[in-house]
Amino acid sequence: MALFSNTAVLLGKELRTEFRSRELLTTTVVFILTIVILFSFTFQPSGNESLRFGPGLLWLAILFAASLMLQPGFLREQNNDTLSALRLSVSDPFAIFLAKLVANTVFLLLTEMLLLPIFAVLFNVHILAVFPQLVLVFFLGSVGVAIPGTAFSAISAQARMRELLLPLLLLPLLTPVLIASTESTAGLLDAQPALQGKWLGFLAGFDVVFLTALWLFGEYLLEE
Amino acid sequence: MAKRAILGLVTVGLVVTAAFASFYVVPMERTMGPIQRIFYFHAASAWAGMTAFAICFLGNLLYVWRRQQNWDWLGVSAAEVGLAFTTVVLITGPIWAHPVWGIWWTWDWRLTSTFVMWLLYISYLLLRTLIEEPDRRALLSALFGIFAFLDVPLVYFSIRWWRTQHPQPVVMGGPGAGLEPTMFKVFFFSVLAMHALMVLLLSERYRLEKLSVAVHDLQREAEA
Repeated sequence: MALFSNTAVLLGKELRTEFRSRELLTTTVVFILTIVILFSFTFQPSGNESLRFGPGLLWLAILFAASLMLQPGFLREQNNDTLSALRLSVSDPFAIFLAKLVANTVFLLLTEMLLLPIFAVLFNVHILAVFPQLVLVFFLGSVGVAIPGTAFSAISAQARMRELLLPLLLLPLLTPVLIASTESTAGLLDAQPALQGKWLGFLAGFDVVFLTALWLFGEYLLEE
Repeated sequence: MAKRAILGLVTVGLVVTAAFASFYVVPMERTMGPIQRIFYFHAASAWAGMTAFAICFLGNLLYVWRRQQNWDWLGVSAAEVGLAFTTVVLITGPIWAHPVWGIWWTWDWRLTSTFVMWLLYISYLLLRTLIEEPDRRALLSALFGIFAFLDVPLVYFSIRWWRTQHPQPVVMGGPGAGLEPTMFKVFFFSVLAMHALMVLLLSERYRLEKLSVAVHDLQREAEA
């Protein structure tokens, strides 16, 4: 159980670092809002249209934002030369990933929960009745974004052009998450809201596949 | 030398025979006419490309496990050859689609998932150009390659559930699917020919990678 106690300590560190400055959260919320507003100029955001485009647009903005906000995860350790210390401090390197992964999921979910009411007002959709189901969709989707995102931020931190590289590695890989999250969100915002079991199962499957891959191969990503 | 020449000659023979058979042996398709003959080239390239990506995955896994340079050479060679075949698929697809469906491109599941797969492997090659240190480049790109290959079936199924306009799988499809017997034989012969071509390109590309590494090492020695 050393894995979980290590993870808990590291998670505390990640959350403390962020909540001291809250830089990541504030910039990401503003960034997503900017993208959503800019996108809305590309079509007529009337009732039917916003129901058709809204969910996809929101998820696309989240994906773009994630590919930028997941960047500092390992870059910070690299810049401060703390990666070796971090590696020495845990018995299982997976704990480092698990802590960063949970922290990233928490950050993503917080951003999304802050944005959902604004999105609902702007696009005139009703979210209150289906709020718990929406949280489930956003949770599974955010985990799906955060797993490869955390893994690839360890890769991009060691390469040149890292700011551009992470989106390039991450976004095509997240196509299934984009489709499944958009479809399940659209299903919930529909006139007859329905929980899309098929897509939720798919999201959960995606999360399991990549979490297993990270568990198996994560330690090699941090080799000196 | 002799081995390479023989492999080359056999491959040319197979490809020429496959081309001849697809033009003169198979019967004319009833509704699509002569354009359907591109199928033997298009679908066979798709299969060969998929095999190449599977070989790349194998090379990636073996590199992470064994840390021998030659598995890295295999990985990058297979990725490049796979990309070449996938590019052929993406070009012959629209050539076939335009007379039959009346449009060059349609966002159907097979075209779209092939396109996403193509992007994933482009990212794999781009990643390799952005890491200087050879061992680190080999390890990190192998890990990305593993993640990318795991993503391929997920991309495929998510897009398949999302929308579809392509014909149902003809070869190895469900009941009712099937090809006329001559077409079937010629198709499998084309698949064989394309695989031979893939193996030829792969072995030549592998040799090139090996030589370029040797040249690089010599250069470094001369400078030191």
